[in-house]
Amino acid sequence: MSDQPSLNLLWLQSGGCGGCTLSLLCAEGPDLFTLLESAGIHVLWHPSLSEASGSELIELLQSILDGEVRLDLLCLEGSVVCGPNGSGKFHRFAGTGQPMMQWIERLAKVAGHVIAVGSCAAYGGITAAGNNPSESCGLQYDEHEKGGLLGEGYSDESGLPVINIAGCPVHPNWVSETLVQLACGELQQQHLDHVGRPRSYADHLVHHGCPRNEYYEYKASAEKSSDLGCMMEHMGCLGTQAHADCNTRLWNGEGSCLRGGYACINCTAPGFEEPGHPFTETPKIAGIPVGLPTDMPKAWFVALASLAKAATPKRLKENAVADHIRVPPSRKPGEKT
Amino acid sequence: MGPFNRVEGDLEVELEIESDQVVSARVSSSLYRGFEQILQGKEPADALVYTPRICGICSVSQSVAAARALAELTGVSMPRNGDRAINLILANENVADHLTHFYLFFMPDFARETYRSEPWYESIANRFRAQTGSAAREMLAARAQFMHLMGLMAGKWPHSLAIQPGGVSRSIEMQEKARLQAILFGFRRYLESQLFGDSLENIVSLDSADALQAWSAAHSPDRSDFSAFLEVAGLLELHQLGQAEDRFMSYGAYRLNDSDSFAQGVWETEFEPLDSTLITEDISHSWMGYQTAPKHPFEGVTLPDAEIEQAYSWCKAPRLDGKVVEVGALARQQVDGHPLIRDLVSQSGGNVRNRVIARLLEIARVTLLMESWVREIQPKAPFCDHAAMPLEAQGAGLVEAARGSLGHWIKIRNGRILNYQIVAPTTWNFSPRDAEGQPGALELALQGAKLRAGEQEPVSVQHIVRSFDPCMVCTVH
Repeated sequence: MSDQPSLNLLWLQSGGCGGCTLSLLCAEGPDLFTLLESAGIHVLWHPSLSEASGSELIELLQSILDGEVRLDLLCLEGSVVCGPNGSGKFHRFAGTGQPMMQWIERLAKVAGHVIAVGSCAAYGGITAAGNNPSESCGLQYDEHEKGGLLGEGYSDESGLPVINIAGCPVHPNWVSETLVQLACGELQQQHLDHVGRPRSYADHLVHHGCPRNEYYEYKASAEKSSDLGCMMEHMGCLGTQAHADCNTRLWNGEGSCLRGGYACINCTAPGFEEPGHPFTETPKIAGIPVGLPTDMPKAWFVALASLAKAATPKRLKENAVADHIRVPPSRKPGEKT
Repeated sequence: MGPFNRVEGDLEVELEIESDQVVSARVSSSLYRGFEQILQGKEPADALVYTPRICGICSVSQSVAAARALAELTGVSMPRNGDRAINLILANENVADHLTHFYLFFMPDFARETYRSEPWYESIANRFRAQTGSAAREMLAARAQFMHLMGLMAGKWPHSLAIQPGGVSRSIEMQEKARLQAILFGFRRYLESQLFGDSLENIVSLDSADALQAWSAAHSPDRSDFSAFLEVAGLLELHQLGQAEDRFMSYGAYRLNDSDSFAQGVWETEFEPLDSTLITEDISHSWMGYQTAPKHPFEGVTLPDAEIEQAYSWCKAPRLDGKVVEVGALARQQVDGHPLIRDLVSQSGGNVRNRVIARLLEIARVTLLMESWVREIQPKAPFCDHAAMPLEAQGAGLVEAARGSLGHWIKIRNGRILNYQIVAPTTWNFSPRDAEGQPGALELALQGAKLRAGEQEPVSVQHIVRSFDPCMVCTVH
């Protein structure tokens, strides 16, 4: 792709933790810098990666607004901070005295594409938790509601809405693959799901490839942290409902939340930060978990679950509540060694 | 000056300059999110989800602080494997942070135009220039491989839920122990060939300023990144830049069998034990209200008020017994008593050069410790203990993040969080003035910084600010 004209990328951070950038730095095969180069993406400025500081940056931003420097890709990491009382003073962009939300709004108007990196920039995310003290929202969503800073009607010059690479944090490849697709002009409206997420990862469920699948099938459930069993029944796991490919793509080599022994908290979804119950406890009604797997009729789930429970092998029953495999798979009767 | 990048978050510094030097500085953290407000009324265990997300670069440190605070509430015990696993996960983050700081945040400033006429410029700029220098690419590859430890032990990084009050959610099996050993071996090879140009054992046994001088003389600048830094630091006299009050604090790091691998304490003129009940936060120059006098974090209030007149930062001003302290790798190694750091500090105090040397030394020390913790893992023994949460209790969790001392203080009533207060490393280092008018550590360190000919935004200020390895998102949270 080296014959393509380069695309100018600007990355800004506001109401967030910087964790999406840090996750992105874990990109492998290739590393982040090589990857951007391969897609012909030129980084105008990034808070962690660029030399320019202070007035050098402010001049750059002004020249973008004046149309002297083309801005192809505007990435925002972190929520749009609107408080207190809509003033945006909770984040004044250092050195400028002006609320960051105003900078974002002005730059979005001249950007080729606008990309929300992480659930905060997409929907408000963790920063909007509790009573949302910073009055945070996403670029084009306020949690589940369309709107946000840029408004429901916003679309870029190619007709795309804000691209919501949701996740807390994002997987490095979710970002890099989206940027490469944009650079190639291949990303279209149909490649985004109902809340603006790239379908390349959001058409999967975290449940896919979960190493605890056998425990799930037999409803052999973990009861406490470090148990090996399925975490859906008691430990708050939302992997059967969460849109992401975490257990097939894997993180930091061979990891995922499930592989780390803890519940999926559905961090790619709008509003994940306020589940309405403790994160690591499954809410139940009459002993039945409230949130059932996506697409599954409740009666079927209950019937299958009770059947599966009756058939649970001793191996799974014991291992589910242990922190190491206690009972290995047995050999079939008469099996040759 | 602002925005300051390569500091993890947003930062503004107001400088008063007379002729060619800074005479006074005001440091402003420009972003408020309100985690302490968000946590009020939540289930205590939910802090393990929210607090890591205060910061993407100190995420595990936040987890460990929260888990320790929760452990104080329940009184849960910690199996030895739990200590080892948490130390490994925390060390993985801290060492990766030190590398990120050196290669991506600190060194690129020496590739700036202002240094073009210096004799060392070309080789340093080729190696460390932001985005295109050769060193960062190698570092990112080595760092990503090193962080496979996170994939194995913590599921992912940042924002893991693996760290629990009584241990970790992920037990390590024999075969995974073998993988961890291989990961650390690969990382050691990178450090020894690229960063140090020498064995880790030789680096940690440098025991005086003279020994370091001799090492530097025997290792030419093209031999390793450490030797290149030492040459530039010497020529630019970075040991004369950025001294604060030289009162250092460490909460103690890497707990094992109820003792710290790096000691807890305070150093002013000699080692003293830390009394954490003497910690207070002052809000006289912060956009914060509803607290009249400095308070201990258990009694602290965090409610923003953007209209306070004399305020200039969202950051509060933490003080130890009313005094300003500096935290970070230098403080940690000074308190712990590493002979090289003690000697350097006795000669030139806390400064830009010594802060960076302490950070690199710590990379070597901690990597060696990590090797020992992996060896000590007992795969069939437990990794996590459990205890019920009481309805009413209070607890504190103190930990050392890469960039210094991080504390969480939690109070629960009726099984819910009544008050949760967080004092982060850069809250200490980058605090605004307090009611007595005492400037924070960075504000002091910037006084006297010299300008090079023709400079509007002095590069010396860039070096001093970044020498603290600031994390602004933690600072205010």
